[in-house]
Amino acid sequence: MVQYIIRRLLSAIPTLLIISFVIFAILDLAPGDPTGNLPMTVPPEVREKIRLSLGLGEPMHIRYYKWLVQFFVNEPLNIIEHSFGIVIGDGENRTRILSWATRSPVIDLIVERTPQTLWVVGLSYLFGILMAIPIGIIQAYRQYSLFDQIGTFVAMIGFSVPTFFTGVVAIIIFSVQLKWFPMIYDTTLEVNSWNNFVLQVKQMIMPVTVLAFYQASQLSRFMRASILDNLNLDYVRTARAKGRKENAVLMIHVLRNSLIPVVTLIALGIPSIFGGAIITEQIFRVNGLGQLLIIAIQGADIPTVQTLTFLFAVLIVIFNLIADVLYGMLDPRIRYD
Amino acid sequence: MTKPSASLSKQSLLDSDGTRLELEHRSMWTDVWRQFRKHKGALAGVFVFVFISVAVFVGPIIHGVDPNAIDFTARNLGPVWSHPLGTDNIGHDTLAQMLAGGQVSLAVGLSAAFIALLLGTLIGVLAGFFKALDGPLMRFTDLFLALPILPLLLVTILLFRDSLRATFGPETGIFLLIVSIIGVTSWMHTARVVRGDVLSIKEREFVTAAHSIGTRRHRIVFRHILPNVLSPIMVSATLGIANAIITESALSFLGLGFPPDFPTWGRLLYDGTNFIQITPSRVIWPGLFIALTVLSVNYIGDGLRDALDPRLRGR
Amino acid sequence: MRKQILFWVSLFATISMAGSAWAADRGRDGELKLLYWQAPSTMMPYLSGGTKELEASSIVIEPLARYDNDGKMWPWLAEEIPTVENGGVSNDFTSITWKIKKNIKWSDGSDLTSEDVVFTYEYCTHPDTGCTQSNYYNDIVSVEALDSHTIRINFTVAKPFPYSAFVGYNAPILQKAQFENCVGAKAQECTEENFHPIGTGPFKVVDFKPNDVVVLEANSNYREEGKPAFSGVLFKGGGDAASAARAVLETGEMHYAWNLQVEPEILNKMAEGDSKGTIIAGFGTAVERLMVNFTNPDAALGEDRAEYLGGNNNRNAHPFLSDYAVRRALSLAIDRQILVDAGYGFAGKISCNVLPAPAIYASTANDECKTQNVDEANRLLDEAGWARGSDGVREKDGVRISILYQTSTNSVRQGTQAFIKEMWKAIGVETELRNIDASVFFGGDIGSPDTYQKFYADIEMYTNTFSGTDPEAYMNSWTCKEVARRSNNWGGNNMPRYCNPDYDALATQMSKTANLDERIRLAKSMNDMLMQDYAMIPLIHRGGVSAYSNDLMGPVGNEWDSELWNIADWHIHK
Repeated sequence: MVQYIIRRLLSAIPTLLIISFVIFAILDLAPGDPTGNLPMTVPPEVREKIRLSLGLGEPMHIRYYKWLVQFFVNEPLNIIEHSFGIVIGDGENRTRILSWATRSPVIDLIVERTPQTLWVVGLSYLFGILMAIPIGIIQAYRQYSLFDQIGTFVAMIGFSVPTFFTGVVAIIIFSVQLKWFPMIYDTTLEVNSWNNFVLQVKQMIMPVTVLAFYQASQLSRFMRASILDNLNLDYVRTARAKGRKENAVLMIHVLRNSLIPVVTLIALGIPSIFGGAIITEQIFRVNGLGQLLIIAIQGADIPTVQTLTFLFAVLIVIFNLIADVLYGMLDPRIRYD
Repeated sequence: MTKPSASLSKQSLLDSDGTRLELEHRSMWTDVWRQFRKHKGALAGVFVFVFISVAVFVGPIIHGVDPNAIDFTARNLGPVWSHPLGTDNIGHDTLAQMLAGGQVSLAVGLSAAFIALLLGTLIGVLAGFFKALDGPLMRFTDLFLALPILPLLLVTILLFRDSLRATFGPETGIFLLIVSIIGVTSWMHTARVVRGDVLSIKEREFVTAAHSIGTRRHRIVFRHILPNVLSPIMVSATLGIANAIITESALSFLGLGFPPDFPTWGRLLYDGTNFIQITPSRVIWPGLFIALTVLSVNYIGDGLRDALDPRLRGR
Repeated sequence: MRKQILFWVSLFATISMAGSAWAADRGRDGELKLLYWQAPSTMMPYLSGGTKELEASSIVIEPLARYDNDGKMWPWLAEEIPTVENGGVSNDFTSITWKIKKNIKWSDGSDLTSEDVVFTYEYCTHPDTGCTQSNYYNDIVSVEALDSHTIRINFTVAKPFPYSAFVGYNAPILQKAQFENCVGAKAQECTEENFHPIGTGPFKVVDFKPNDVVVLEANSNYREEGKPAFSGVLFKGGGDAASAARAVLETGEMHYAWNLQVEPEILNKMAEGDSKGTIIAGFGTAVERLMVNFTNPDAALGEDRAEYLGGNNNRNAHPFLSDYAVRRALSLAIDRQILVDAGYGFAGKISCNVLPAPAIYASTANDECKTQNVDEANRLLDEAGWARGSDGVREKDGVRISILYQTSTNSVRQGTQAFIKEMWKAIGVETELRNIDASVFFGGDIGSPDTYQKFYADIEMYTNTFSGTDPEAYMNSWTCKEVARRSNNWGGNNMPRYCNPDYDALATQMSKTANLDERIRLAKSMNDMLMQDYAMIPLIHRGGVSAYSNDLMGPVGNEWDSELWNIADWHIHK
């Protein structure tokens, strides 16, 4: 197993390099221009000067190389310097990855936005899983019961009605009519007192619920299907025949086997937490990583999009490895060597 | 049974035509159909799905209003006799738009989900079954998962829109573009799940047994592996249709989708959201019909899975 | 001038008196919450010239003079507006001398001097800064400090309208001490300075989160006693326009929301009954218009697609839009009132001019367009030989009037498209609609076929405007040398590819004319020439819509400068 993990980690390096290049190439090809957001009153020759000041005058491979150096050498060195308070080499003149829109280091932007994204998207994901697994189990175990039918119906609504709609409905009901929760997420709120903690919970309830509902609808379907597949297998019959309690059969044998495909999905979903939830973040003005990405894409802020997407790719590769390792643990029959 | 179950499920999904197939594979398909009929949910699903399809294709003949006709004087109406579902802020008849939009949304949803399913299953099975392919195919999946979708879409428009328009005409060209884009960018989850299942199934006793008696590999895949990964595929199919219908509307906003005067359910829902307090029917109907379509496909999938499961069919 | 200042003082007095009976302490009204659904990405207007950044920075850093909501110029950091009469502007219009008010302090307590003004000029004109507002400093030989509070700007040419440098929210004054080391290429890396510029305005930046939120507090060194009334500002960004309106009008979470371009019925619905706020519209020079392509955008032409080739009667002329009768008929067929009612409400007025304001420049010669006249449009087309084919679409010599009509993605614009398509159908014109993501359409990427500059369509629709109150540069947009074409990377401003020697002659004459009345006459006749040639089809004179809560006093809307131009006077009604 250890050997397998090491082999996978080594193979991840060329994979990620290829991914980073493909992303860069796509962003370079994509239409859009960093001066596109400027008002029309800004004349073309000024726009050209701005492009040059951003380094767009250089050919693509040079820009890609510069980004690679900044990402893999300069930024890590910068983090080391900051965390240990030491100076390595020429720290003053080392260029960092600068966002074209804000002219500030992209890494700082990401660090600034991570807390609200983790709070809102991460929590909703956690709640979504916590809801989906038991619901899926009960639905499968009591297939075609009333609970199952209602669960199915609600889940279908959950993933066929998109969050841009449920979010607005939630705002109209809970902010406009009932006045329970604020519709605007305040990112400057510091949780340093009980009062602020209550405020934080209040402003998180709507975005978290809307997202968790959506996540749980999808996951519960897979959970239900997976349990159903296992319930009729021979080993379940054998376990029952041996006189094991129904609960034990269900929780030990069936659940363990059913979790295999679900684990893939959960592991796959974790990187997407860091991708943020673009629509939900926009609606409630959470302004996390999802909003950062969409604004950067719209503004053709290539350094930001490139860095965010690449970090996302790293997480995907890591979590897929984790999923594969988990498979091996959940199902001893799967062999990787 | 020589054909893979994946294409089978598609035929049955699209026309749910049991009788014609029965002539070819008499004994087995009779069994499947008998089992399928027992599934009340599945039958209800078929009924609702057929009803929606008939409604959107036949409806415009009965309700003969042009979805793009504008009644300047009748804007933001609630349901009235001449406009049974009311009108939007431009003066379009909502019912006519729903019907016209349904044709597009159904077609886009089903075909895009089908492409995604086919790609996902193919890659998932290959990666799970053939060890040598696992690494490369899964890294390929990682690449697709990591690609920034929005810029990718914009690049696609840049590269393909004009040539497709020239070859197939504006409407078919854009339809093909949309369907393939959605299909090509949404197969990854299916592939990962299917691969995971295959990895575990191929170590089961019946597969080992088949190997040992010298069954050829493609036969093992079709006969033993595929039927056993059907349930996650079915769930992916229902999710995929919902996803495709909504994604289509997102594409129209990028200018990649259909022209703005081409209604689809996703677009109607999006456009109507801001008007929810003025004309709620603009969001209720498209939302309801997307949900009903997905729900009916889900139940049909449930029934099919049960019907195709040899362990259940006997009972 | 004295009269103006008196008026100014009394205006301020009235606004503040209306709220509280007596002048009170600075910061008495707590936190002011502003909602801009497009969030500012930096506080440095010279590095990002988007309206959102200009608005946000306008409450911190200030120019020498500002425009009010009627487009009138007022001295801000300057003692008075220099004119030829008061000797501030030289008789030959080649220099202007500004005097800064004494005793103005930066928020760090130091004095504002002419050195800061000179520095600002040097900062923005340094070739490596990438200054987005450098066109405000065009045609300048030098900016010199005559003494600690007097600056003279020397121009390379006679400038009949010398008020662009250091005027308006596009060109505010930076503190030399803070930005001294941020000139040129270094400007990009001065993140700390760009996010927290020191200013002379009523508020100073405490915390800046790019594309999210700005936290500001009252500037304790602000020049006027008792102002600002608020102790701080929370400048929140993100989301969309409709929900921004909701946060002010329905939930009352915010005091002020900016740029609410949504369908009027949505706003009206929110503003009716016991609404928590009010809507205001300010009008500037923005006109939503249809641009008519004078060149042939047929893809089969390859390199020459939509390319102006000149020559006799324009060698690459559009197959049907080069026909005057067609262009005129297209304009006559439009009922502009419906477009206003459905898409703009009170934030829009019918416009028959591309130059609708300031009022002195507005022409009345083109009012024919105010009323729809389908019969006349049909008659014109019949007369010109465009006969209806079997499918109802007009054609002549095998050319069908089939229009590809593009614009950016925006629900109001798509509504307008749908209406116009239907109106043109009535005169036998077929229309294919296309919407393009705004970041691509306005992006100007020369690799993309979908930009408004390339104009690979027959008709395109967008809004254009000009800053300040002098239309010379704006009207120059439609001269021959401004034609957007391959050789200038589609960088020209003349999208219709309109090229008329008579028009160019008027433009040249205007550049040499200093007399205001004469300039007005020239600008009007340029506008009339464009309108009567149907190079553009104006639709709607658009206003900026904002909403503010019922207890907030002070906002008046302003399309000529920042909407927050008078934020020092905003206060809570007790």
